Amino acid sequence: MNRYYWILGAFAALVALLAVGLGLNPRDVPSPLVGKPAPAFNLNVLATPEKTMSPKDMQGKAWLLNVWSSWCVSCRAEHPVLVEFSKKVKVPLVGLNYKEVRGDGNFDMSKMPADEERKLAFQRANQWLAQHGDPYTLTVMDIDGRVGIDYGVYGVPETYVIDKAGLIRMKHTGPISPDVLSKKIMPLLAELNK
Amino acid sequence: MKRRLLIALFIFGSFFGSTVAFASAASEAAMVADPVAEKRLQKLSEELRCLVCQNQTIADSNAELAQDLRREVRTMIKDGKSDKEIVDFMVVRYGDFVLYRPPVKGITLLLWGGPVALMLLGLFVLQRYLRRRTTRINAEDQPLSADQTSRADALLKEIDPK
Repeated sequence: MNRYYWILGAFAALVALLAVGLGLNPRDVPSPLVGKPAPAFNLNVLATPEKTMSPKDMQGKAWLLNVWSSWCVSCRAEHPVLVEFSKKVKVPLVGLNYKEVRGDGNFDMSKMPADEERKLAFQRANQWLAQHGDPYTLTVMDIDGRVGIDYGVYGVPETYVIDKAGLIRMKHTGPISPDVLSKKIMPLLAELNK
Repeated sequence: MKRRLLIALFIFGSFFGSTVAFASAASEAAMVADPVAEKRLQKLSEELRCLVCQNQTIADSNAELAQDLRREVRTMIKDGKSDKEIVDFMVVRYGDFVLYRPPVKGITLLLWGGPVALMLLGLFVLQRYLRRRTTRINAEDQPLSADQTSRADALLKEIDPK
């Protein structure tokens, strides 16, 4: 009898292990960038294309970097949360527009010259923000997705919380739900702005 | 979560036909131009996981990200970076998860050691079982006593009276 309990116990342990494994989200890959300085970039600003912005400009402020694109459907779901956030909170929210044109898939990039892609990217991003509301302090344009690679972007939308010293303190992959905002991001921002 | 997956599948699916043809044509041209570099690219790509289709390497995957990362690797090879430098570049950005063979570390101990531990446990249980079984058989397999032998002989004679 005793040894059947033992087998049952071992089986229960295995089931528990597998249940935990199945409950984890495989897209939640821990970012190695958390705790590291936000990778540098120097990208053109959407509203003022002749100007550029770099994370250094934000030194001394806690801020959010939100990766988005007009072709990204989850970004659409997230957008109202960001718009709401920008109305209530004074924390700078920088948009990183990721591969606006070449990420879309409806374009044959082998036939599109770079300047045309650039023009189209600005136009589409502006149009999308005009249509859905612009929660961003400013948006920078990562047209070829090179900066996205430095930030380890693999599924738009993604959001980074960066502290006053320029260190990434948190990364959220996927759309920000009101829950994630109130339970994870807001408390962290409050702590960073102390 | 589910919806995102569906979207990803949909996007992936709608691209698939065109990108496959495009990617292979492009890589064939590059292959002819510099076979050594392309071999290295191929080898490195097989070591790196695509974070979009997580069970594929960036060599197998045709996801956008995999294509970007292959382009990145190709650039680094051209720049004369070593294999280690290229792999480190990926790990710094995407973490150990980008490695198709994760390194042995505290957190991956169960992954690497689990199967061995399970096998050792199995061998231990098997050995214990076999030992017990031998003892039991030995215990049952005592030579017959004089009394039992004579009875057995008598019974055998009854059956076969030769």
